[in-house]
Amino acid sequence: MSRRENTALPREVVEIGVVAGGLRRMVDRMGDRVAFGAAALASLAAVALIALVIDRVVSGAMPSISRFGIGFLWQTTWNPSLSSGVRDSNVYGAGVLVYGTVVTSAIALVISVPLGVAIGVYLSLLSSGRLAGVVGPLVELLAAVPSVIVGLWGIVVLAPALHSTIDPALHAALGWLPIFGKPGTTGLGIFDAGVVLAIMVLPILAAITRDLFANVPRELKDGALALGATRWEMIRGVVLDSTRSGIVAATILGLARALGEAIAVTQTIGAGTAIHASLFASGDTLGSRIAEQFIGAVSKLQIASLFYCALILLVMEFLASIGAQLIAGRSVRVRGAVI
Amino acid sequence: MDANEPEVERRDDVMASNRLQVDSSSGAPAVPLVIGAKESAPAPPTEVVFELLDLNVYYGETLAVRGVNLKIHKNVITAMIGPSGCGKSTIVRTLNRMNDSVSGFRVSGEVNYHGHSIYASGVDPVEVRRRIGMVFQRPNPFPKSIYDNIAWAPRILGLKRDLDARVEQALRGAALWDEVKDRLRSSALGLSGGQQQRLCIARAIAIEPEVLLLDEPASALDPISTASIEDLMQDLKQTYTIVIVTHNMQQAARVAERTAFFSLDDAGDGKRAGVLVEYDETATLFTRPADERTRGYVTGRFG
Repeated sequence: MSRRENTALPREVVEIGVVAGGLRRMVDRMGDRVAFGAAALASLAAVALIALVIDRVVSGAMPSISRFGIGFLWQTTWNPSLSSGVRDSNVYGAGVLVYGTVVTSAIALVISVPLGVAIGVYLSLLSSGRLAGVVGPLVELLAAVPSVIVGLWGIVVLAPALHSTIDPALHAALGWLPIFGKPGTTGLGIFDAGVVLAIMVLPILAAITRDLFANVPRELKDGALALGATRWEMIRGVVLDSTRSGIVAATILGLARALGEAIAVTQTIGAGTAIHASLFASGDTLGSRIAEQFIGAVSKLQIASLFYCALILLVMEFLASIGAQLIAGRSVRVRGAVI
Repeated sequence: MDANEPEVERRDDVMASNRLQVDSSSGAPAVPLVIGAKESAPAPPTEVVFELLDLNVYYGETLAVRGVNLKIHKNVITAMIGPSGCGKSTIVRTLNRMNDSVSGFRVSGEVNYHGHSIYASGVDPVEVRRRIGMVFQRPNPFPKSIYDNIAWAPRILGLKRDLDARVEQALRGAALWDEVKDRLRSSALGLSGGQQQRLCIARAIAIEPEVLLLDEPASALDPISTASIEDLMQDLKQTYTIVIVTHNMQQAARVAERTAFFSLDDAGDGKRAGVLVEYDETATLFTRPADERTRGYVTGRFG
């Protein structure tokens, strides 16, 4: 092998090299600027979009806000009828919907948080690598099922199943509590909608808690085991205990998902118009009511009232999101100290 | 180009087991290591706590430790030294079944604790760990208060009587009480590294184990904290049998009565595994090692 080529490059080659290098640096620098600009623009666009949405919702709701005021939140009359003979015609209040939204979301969390945490524990700490590799993606796939399909399943499969099994069992065991009243005729209702929401929230909770638990430092888990703790004592005392705020943050993210879901709830909640003590009765939620009535709205005030519902929902979602961020931020600081 | 000729490796066919007789022909060199006062007081052999018989440790198909025979005596500090990867941590984690959760981990041979095999079927690893405490390389206090770090294990083990007294006794035992008695309810994460490690020792002795396994307990600490841990070990050995894994030969020389030297060796099949080269009184091992490899290591020629 001769080495001559390496030692003396012709001068022109060197110059071309320098020019090419300079050109590349210029292109790089321009690419840098374009990338920075595009990223900044995209972020700004997102912020602008939120501002536009809020503006549109608030201005759309204005007629209803000025007519019904803050009482809209708890008034339970929702009467789109325009005929002057009917009492309370064209009067709106979101009391039934706020109640339905809160209660269906609560049911969803009561069911999905323990289940989701259990799945997270299983996938991150108990299952062998191969099984987790199959089950994990499947659970996440559940999140990819369109809500309208979950809703259909809620009508066709879940409602009859609940109606013939869980509803009567709960009524028989805990019937002295007004919330477990006599089961309805179909199984559709607040409870059914809550269970459907739980199914939709579950993959979120399972995925987040799985990552949360998997990131608990190995030294902490070993430390607990080395003290003669069983696996379950280690999980409860160290893993769950040190990730408490993360679990709360995941719960709030799940709540945000449950609060905002419209279609699957519309399909399963039975479109009720009053607050019933029993969870097996029909009801409605903010999101569901908007989905049901916006297209067929008969008056400007009805549309404004639907916008008002949207505004309430937006505020609830923002509060949940901010809460989750505050708690998650705290959890990062706490965990940072651990590591 | 065939520049790299296969290099024929010449190796002495030494037994990879416990050396019992001192090879007098080797002519021990003067070792420039200060051996502590222990030289004048060799530990009398006491009751055997652990007896390893032809222990092999595997991770999957890989043989990590081969053919170890070793006795660990009661109320004696036993050090395990050797270069990285020689299997000393693997062995110490085998003594309290901490490797059980490592996938592919398996042993052959015997690990006897007071004559009972801890890997026999029907032995509960939880019960093994309850009697054989462990302190890790990096301090790993739980993200709980100082008090709850100590009280957690007694609570789950049902030792709830006089919990306050137990916590105080454990902290005194780990020479930490005076430093933390006024802030037992504050987070353990606010302690310094050395204090955290002593807290971990306190946590381990709060459930009154018989053995303390220390896996490089001072390697993440500064010299002053290291000294306090070493002083502590001298107090603890009155009550506990201590096994310490250390990278630091001087530390072994300072604290341990008996020292085991491990090395990586191959059995002729080209696969290297950790073997016990030599095990003896610390003073003997450092001043008159029987094995060439030990001499090379303790005089700093390799490792």
